[in-house]
Amino acid sequence: MSGWIFFTEHRDEILSATLDHLTLVVIAMVIAILIGVPLGMLIVQRPALRTIALGVASIFQTIPSLALFGFLIPIPFIGGIGKRTAIVALVLYALLPILRNTYVGLTGIDPAVLEAAEAMGMTPAQILFRVRFPLALAVILAGVRTATIITIGVATIAAAIGAGGLGTFIFRGVALVSDALILAGAIPAALLALLADFLLGLLERRLKVT
Amino acid sequence: MRHNFSAWGRGELEWSLPVLRLSIEMKTKTALSAKKNIEFREVSFHINDILKRLIVSGVSLEVPEGETVVLLGRSGSGKTTLLKLINGMLLPTEGEVLIQGRSTRDWDLTRLRRGIGYVIQDAGLFPHYTVAENVALVPNLERWDAARTAARVQEMLQLVGLDPGEFENRHPRELSGGQRQRVGVARALAADPPILLMDEPFGALDPVIRAELQGEFSALARRLGKTIVFVTHDLREALLLASRIVLLEAGRIVANATPQEFLRLDHPEVRAFRSSLNAMPGAPA
Repeated sequence: MSGWIFFTEHRDEILSATLDHLTLVVIAMVIAILIGVPLGMLIVQRPALRTIALGVASIFQTIPSLALFGFLIPIPFIGGIGKRTAIVALVLYALLPILRNTYVGLTGIDPAVLEAAEAMGMTPAQILFRVRFPLALAVILAGVRTATIITIGVATIAAAIGAGGLGTFIFRGVALVSDALILAGAIPAALLALLADFLLGLLERRLKVT
Repeated sequence: MRHNFSAWGRGELEWSLPVLRLSIEMKTKTALSAKKNIEFREVSFHINDILKRLIVSGVSLEVPEGETVVLLGRSGSGKTTLLKLINGMLLPTEGEVLIQGRSTRDWDLTRLRRGIGYVIQDAGLFPHYTVAENVALVPNLERWDAARTAARVQEMLQLVGLDPGEFENRHPRELSGGQRQRVGVARALAADPPILLMDEPFGALDPVIRAELQGEFSALARRLGKTIVFVTHDLREALLLASRIVLLEAGRIVANATPQEFLRLDHPEVRAFRSSLNAMPGAPA
């Protein structure tokens, strides 16, 4: 029960690290959505861009997270030590699920609906914003949900480049061989992920059009 | 599902005359008075792949105003392609399709399509819109004011035999196949287009509902006086609805006749379709 005592004794520290962690995740997700969703809309219209965009996003996904953080440190403007670099790396990780689900959602619509929309004299922009996008929303949100859970996990590693967050406890715990410290980082991170999964899942079901 | 034949027409006469007159006044510039509403001139269409497969070849056809022309043919005979050449969803590889005297190549396709109603087999209703929103689609695109659109939606639903109070707030998933198809017809007619294109609209319905809708629609079509091009592979449907039957085989027109003449034609493909009637037990030869 030493773990529980550790939790109660360091409640404020854990709480503030959790908030730091959440801040990292929220900023990274907002940026990833602002890039991923419009880019997904664009590649629906531009097949030439599709392979490149999905390919590049897939490559980022395959780079081990610790290595990606390391690679970014020497890069000017976006690199260095601290939160900014961490956010850049998290955005790159979150991009693929958002981009891919946006694309899949926008293209996976009943062809009869799209045919009718075109035949009724809707312009391509009207079809995109009034038909494709609303019908794709649940699928896009599923991508955001996946990306959020990945980001909450990967963000623990961001502590390695001094970005703070719950990873700080984990790295310290590994160094000091302290299970209590590792759990102080891991348990709140897991709870955050579960909570995000649950809430975004609720939203996704509400947006689903059958 | 309760229905009656007159439901299609109820309310129709009240609006159709003034509205039709108004639309003629407004559209004189677009030559609505042109006698030949739709004209194919030596139209060929092929898919632009390595094989250059011909889908339609050398089709010439005139559809006069107010007629119901049924394009009859087997799967792959090019019926749907002809339909899509009319509203510019496809443009001819060779030849011209003239709508109200103007080639589809010269039309603003958005404008052209808003003047052409379109009904397809799966209805293609927007699942995220209510019935009323689906019917109001083109009026909203055309920026009608809210009151006029709302009134029009009521009229259209009554026209196709759906009680507005019961159905206007439902979503397509809450409708039966036949009801969805009725909404599809209401949506196509909402902005009072002079031309109506229908691609096997009753093909996916069960036989009882199909016969019911065919009967109601044939009464409606006569009443509306619109130029209708109707695609089917069902000769009985063609005989019921058509003022002319155009038979297609492998992308070419092989017969163009009134229903009465059609049954007497001596052409192998006509005989093949006729024998599909005779194959029906109890059907007249």
